[in-house]
Amino acid sequence: MTLLSVENLVTSFKTSAGEVRAVDGVSIAVERGQTLGIVGESGCGKSVLSLSIMQLLAHPGRVVEGKVLLEGRNLLDLSARQMRAVRGREIAMIFQEPMTSLNPVHSIGYQITEAMRAHEPSLSAAELRNRAVAVLDRVRIPSAARRFDEYPHQLSGGMRQRVMIAMALACKPKLLIADEPTTALDVTVQAQILELLRELQAENGMGIILITHDLGVIAEMADRVSVMYAGRVVERSSSAELFDDPQHPYTLGLLGSIPRVDEEKDRLTAIEGAVPPPFAWPPGCRFAPRCPFSIEACTQAPPALREVAPDHAAACLEAPL
Amino acid sequence: MAKYALQRLALAIPVLLGVLLVGFFLMQVVPTDPAIIRAGPQATQDVVEAIREELGLNKPLWQQFGLYMWRLFQGDLGVSIINNVAVTQELGDTIGPTLELMVASLFWSIPLGILMGTLAAYWRGSLIDRGIMAISVAGVSVPVFFIGLLMIWLLGFQWQLLPFTGRGGPLWTMDGIMAIILPALTLGGVFVGPVARMTRTAVVDMLSADHVRTARAKGLNEFLVVLRHALRNALIPVITLIGLQIGFLLGGAVVTETIFSWPGVGRLAVGAILSSDFPMAQGTIIVLSLGFILINLAVDLLYAVLDPRVRLS
Ligand SMILES: Nc1ncnc2c1ncn2[C@@H]1O[C@H](COP(=O)(O)OP(=O)(O)OP(=O)(O)O)[C@@H](O)[C@H]1O
Ligand SMILES: [Mg+2]
Repeated sequence: MTLLSVENLVTSFKTSAGEVRAVDGVSIAVERGQTLGIVGESGCGKSVLSLSIMQLLAHPGRVVEGKVLLEGRNLLDLSARQMRAVRGREIAMIFQEPMTSLNPVHSIGYQITEAMRAHEPSLSAAELRNRAVAVLDRVRIPSAARRFDEYPHQLSGGMRQRVMIAMALACKPKLLIADEPTTALDVTVQAQILELLRELQAENGMGIILITHDLGVIAEMADRVSVMYAGRVVERSSSAELFDDPQHPYTLGLLGSIPRVDEEKDRLTAIEGAVPPPFAWPPGCRFAPRCPFSIEACTQAPPALREVAPDHAAACLEAPL
Repeated sequence: MAKYALQRLALAIPVLLGVLLVGFFLMQVVPTDPAIIRAGPQATQDVVEAIREELGLNKPLWQQFGLYMWRLFQGDLGVSIINNVAVTQELGDTIGPTLELMVASLFWSIPLGILMGTLAAYWRGSLIDRGIMAISVAGVSVPVFFIGLLMIWLLGFQWQLLPFTGRGGPLWTMDGIMAIILPALTLGGVFVGPVARMTRTAVVDMLSADHVRTARAKGLNEFLVVLRHALRNALIPVITLIGLQIGFLLGGAVVTETIFSWPGVGRLAVGAILSSDFPMAQGTIIVLSLGFILINLAVDLLYAVLDPRVRLS
């Protein structure tokens, strides 16, 4: 059975400017031991999607349609208490902002043991400490036993993200959602963190949803990829296939915008313009206004996500390209 | 931590000197001549002159200040013009009751204010929030003496439930407790509103912080999320703001003590000022200011206890 499958999820925000569907009918699936990459520009709904899965949306955000099936069980049907038992224990999450995601007034040891205590209240203080030190050690925090009593401000950004990962792994979750875990870090640290995630996955077979706007990260990490644009999945395939033979003009644009150190700078062809805000999404294909391939029909109705090659879907009338 | 504490202490010293200086000059600018008051209305010019000589009022200002500091250093604040009792003795007798009143007031008002503010923040926008905030705003806008008089009239006079004049004895006796209830309700009452409002703002801020989202993502229940990750962090700004309100607390103590005939420093100050008993007035002002400095020092230290970034830097 698929570890997590999200079906036709719609998340809306009731704002003064009207209802905004930041995630609009998204379906994704992650298998055990595999990494699903979700890629898209800023504002396309990646964070809202992950918070919807965790049911951590802040007011006025609300999931209004769809299913979130964890091993076949719809998380949207759970009570608040049941959902708390899922968070941290079955699905853990690490966030985009390592500098602010830890609480500055509690020691990192406290923050890690807190997660374990929430799900296994029977553990003694000594056991909690041992386990926390072990997991800190596992994410390669040097002299973990001593670091246990330190506070977030005493750690670098990379170290804090390791602590976040340690916290997420403390209860051995089946699925890890990593929302741009390395965006705020510098390149060498970024590589180390990704390497760590890969190792941990190989070790305990968890599924990972890796959210990023960096296709380089996807190429390195993901087994499968869903490309998001303006609240929708516009292309879905294996990672290898996506880089080999992209089928959506937006993906083509993204690929063109990967900075390559080995080629001349002027070969870069970034996509013109930016993702429009949700209240300004056009009625047809949302990418049409920025799309070099767009035709009259593109502005009429939103194109459905359809198979254009075996195990490769794209939401484009022109596909296969 | 020790370094931080010493730093704060060192910073308090110039403030203390400033207070003493102001205390001294206050006596210089008052229009009445202390010698005339000391001598009494029937005294002749010669007697007044003699007293002036005795009090050192003919010496140049800087010498008077030196003398004042020297005496202060020895714990001598002079004697009351009215009844010749040493100012330090009167102060010693009144400090205890004032501290008692303040502690009793803060003991209930700060926890209540923090609880109200937290509940309002958690259910912000709801009826609970609006109700709590309405009460707080009312509490802020009503002056101390009005609450005091209202309570005296209702609880003391109409229903005869509680005494409302003077101290009933030490706090470990029933009489002592009964007598402090109304003054402590009055003085604490003005504090609840501001504390509730400051707490609400700080907790609302914290609830949208990234680390609160992390806490929820761990699967913590809402009680722990609010207590350990929102309120715990919010206490840092709240304590700072409470420190800034201490001046109001001291002012409120003066009014409350006067209304309830509470034998504290505040009432002593009012009495001394009304009867132009300058040495006594000066003494009370110094003590109240000292209290202000000490409370702020305590707030600074508490700040370090609450915030590891301050404690460990
Ligand atoms: N609280 C909110 N109220 C209204 N709209 C919101 C709210 N939160 C998010 N949105 C909308 O949802 C859209 C998607 O936001 P989201 O944070 O998921 O983007 P993202 O893909 O994670 O971008 P980034 O790469 O910058 O993290 C945004 O364009 C925004 O308009
Ligand atoms: Mg995001």
